Amino acid sequence: MTAQAVAQSLVSGLLMGLIYALVAAGLALVFGLMNVVNFAHGEFLMTAMYAAFGLFVAVSLDPLLAAPFVAAAMFIFGSVVYLGVVRFAMSASANAGMVQIFATFGLGVVMRGLAQLLFTPNYRSIPHSWLGGRTMQIAGVYLPAPQLAGACVSLATFGALWLIINRTDFGRALEATREDSGAVALVGIDRKRIFALGWGLGAALVGLAGAVLAIFFYIYPDVGASFSLIAYVTVALGGFGSVFGAFAAGILVGLVEAGSALVLPASLKYVGVYALYLLVVLVRPRGLFGSL
Amino acid sequence: MLAARDLSTAYGGLIALTQATIEVERGEIVCVAGANGAGKSTLLKTIAGMERPCSGVVEFLGERIDGLAPHLVTKRGIAYVPENRRLFSRLSVDDNLRLGSYLFRGRSDRDAPREMAIRLFPRLGERLLQRAETLSGGEQQMLAISRALMTRPKLLMLDEPSQGIMPKLVDEIFDAVSEIRASGTTVLIVEQRLTECLEIADRAYVLQTGRVVMSGTAAEIRDNAGVRKAYLGL
Repeated sequence: MTAQAVAQSLVSGLLMGLIYALVAAGLALVFGLMNVVNFAHGEFLMTAMYAAFGLFVAVSLDPLLAAPFVAAAMFIFGSVVYLGVVRFAMSASANAGMVQIFATFGLGVVMRGLAQLLFTPNYRSIPHSWLGGRTMQIAGVYLPAPQLAGACVSLATFGALWLIINRTDFGRALEATREDSGAVALVGIDRKRIFALGWGLGAALVGLAGAVLAIFFYIYPDVGASFSLIAYVTVALGGFGSVFGAFAAGILVGLVEAGSALVLPASLKYVGVYALYLLVVLVRPRGLFGSL
Repeated sequence: MLAARDLSTAYGGLIALTQATIEVERGEIVCVAGANGAGKSTLLKTIAGMERPCSGVVEFLGERIDGLAPHLVTKRGIAYVPENRRLFSRLSVDDNLRLGSYLFRGRSDRDAPREMAIRLFPRLGERLLQRAETLSGGEQQMLAISRALMTRPKLLMLDEPSQGIMPKLVDEIFDAVSEIRASGTTVLIVEQRLTECLEIADRAYVLQTGRVVMSGTAAEIRDNAGVRKAYLGL
């Protein structure tokens, strides 16, 4: 194993890790805000990828430029899912936790089924995007342009999220609702409105991730499955509901995955990630950055 | 200003408030006294919209507010400081204050109550960047009252503001309540420390097992033999 190979794998892991963090951000945000795990998170990602693909086919918009539009559409979609599904699941009179799980899980099944019906199970890809297939080389390390762009989008997004959460009224309202959703009414905040906006923001985040992934990943109805599994691991590692914990955990997952690929056969590249997950669950069940 | 008529509230079949009727006029400080479990907190929770009454009417400024969601009650001009304060404890003092003015966009609507809060409780001004959970009990109560003032209420409802607070700060808080009234905000206060409360209140109600058993001016309540025996230990 050369130093070159190690450096290459570190860099690839870091880039992919930033993208994993972006995929997981919305899941962590919604979970932190209202203790609801969105089991349709992978299907949200799939929808965003098809949206980017659709914009490319229909108006030849490059996925990188399409990203804000996809995010905006996903914001609306996320709010509608809260208002149309999750809101009712949360007010179930008995066993609301299970009802939420089955409601979002069922939603995911429906979304996958609809995607198969409308778009067929065929694998699609965006053939001629600006960045697709391009690479840069720095000191002998190859940087694939789509992953590099994805990592930059992720960094910019987390920076913007930090500003939103720490510097705006809406961010403060999010944090307050996250801590005590029953108390925000004392200052005149309608928590259901914050929940709807939180779902919108969470979906917009995964929308950005989907648009970026559409540049270099195949698009098919089941594409969300592998990413959402990693996203659940990332959220658990980062500390349930901590958006910036998910940021750090995503990078860690990317690095561990790349490291495993270095020493294990390629087909076993996720072994390291899940082993790390098991270890954290056993040793520090609240996650690396979670607080109790 | 505020009128609750024949208000009854039950928690899962257990009746906590039975046909309570109270009125608060603009500019008053009204005290609600009573032993533990007499229904004082339930009365405030019901007015604030946190509990739904099973019967009765709540009118505020001539409009019915019973059955409104709690955030809408806040919007109408009633600020409620619950017994356990419910501060956003992981957020800073400053963030808690800013959240109080969430409903307002204008600078003056945000700055005026903030200046008043910091004038009333200077120690909050010294601790703006601290997390709310690091404050002492008395300071937390001050912050809870200040956060409520940030919503620019017409009526401020306080549930046991003296609970778990050292005596020196209790005086400070009661002085602040007087000043808040002097600045034009009406106050409805629930207290077990009747002596201090009656000093600043204009009128008082006494609750017993969910019913209003007595009402009158602060002086009448203070001089009532039954009250003196039951609540003042005289």
